[in-house]
Amino acid sequence: MKQRATILLGSAFVALAALAFAATRVVAADKVDPVADAKAFQNFFFQKFPDVKHEDFVNGPYSMNEDMKRQWQEKEEFPPYEFALDAGKEMFSTPFKNGKTYADCFPNGGIGIRQNYPYFDTKEGKVITLELALNRCREANGEAPYSYVKDEMASLTAYMAYTSRGKPMDIKIPDDPRALAAFENGKRYFYTRRGQMNFSCASCHVQSPGERIRAETLAPALGILNAMPIYRSEWSGMGTTSRRFVTCNSQTRAVPLEPQSDEYRDVEYFLSYVANGLPISGPGARP
Amino acid sequence: MKRSLALAMLLALSLAPSARAADEADYKAAYAAAEAASKGAAGLRNQWTVTVSALAAAKKAADGGDFDRAVAAAKEAEALAQASIFQAKTEKEAWKAMEIR
Repeated sequence: MKQRATILLGSAFVALAALAFAATRVVAADKVDPVADAKAFQNFFFQKFPDVKHEDFVNGPYSMNEDMKRQWQEKEEFPPYEFALDAGKEMFSTPFKNGKTYADCFPNGGIGIRQNYPYFDTKEGKVITLELALNRCREANGEAPYSYVKDEMASLTAYMAYTSRGKPMDIKIPDDPRALAAFENGKRYFYTRRGQMNFSCASCHVQSPGERIRAETLAPALGILNAMPIYRSEWSGMGTTSRRFVTCNSQTRAVPLEPQSDEYRDVEYFLSYVANGLPISGPGARP
Repeated sequence: MKRSLALAMLLALSLAPSARAADEADYKAAYAAAEAASKGAAGLRNQWTVTVSALAAAKKAADGGDFDRAVAAAKEAEALAQASIFQAKTEKEAWKAMEIR
């Protein structure tokens, strides 16, 4: 009898211990841990494509296909984004009507800072992207904001990215629950299926990089924003990060959100953070 | 024989409503249902482009007096909107299955 009671008590103890362990695991799984997420994200791509140099992921589809890479390298001698770079440089240095310039709005006069965007503004409690900061700069100086999906914004960000080329992406997540929530929200947006095609961002850029979708070779998600803005032959012109998100949504038959909506800002924050350490390569050129 | 006749009559009766041409009231009811579902999808930030197109097609057909086509397009829009709502609700948890860990 005593022996039976001991066995029962022992079993109950083991069951309780297992429950407690499981509960800890659930809490741990739900905890937002950007450092662990970034490490897992990068390792996934490094292991999936062991022959690709880590810094090459920022070159999108060219890192996945040798033939395409050679063609792109030749094209880089006279890159199609060159006109945008020149225009952006001129716009950047041309004073507003009040005599100030973009340089007055940014740290280090706006030169070599692309790798720090987007950042989390602890005063506002939101993610601030480079495109948003540029338009806020314009508005603060009495100028009308630019469209987030058109050439002027692409030219300005192209120039600023160019001044940061080679610098490692360096996105910070401050010790602020709102920043962690923004990161988590961006992650959720990235993995959530939407549109009639039932695609998430990850369906193409995690599950299928290097494969073709119609005539396009899909880029890996790792470092995908390091090359922004991009000249796309398909667009016959330049495109901003906002334009990229909008067109991705449309292609899945989802109605795009408004550019610089919280969701787009947060997904940019997530994707940029998990690419920390990889070099800025923008402006880029894509088929 | 009697049984066959009864079955035939039942079949004829069941087909009778669908043979009637749709009118403006049918269209308005179908469009209102589709629009309500579409607003629900938009509220979840998960509107589909095809829903918007189907709603526009319904309105265009109704404006041209083709209520059969208008009702069909409105019903398609409602079905698409309901599918997008289902997707948004399912994905609230399902996205985690795709996450790199």
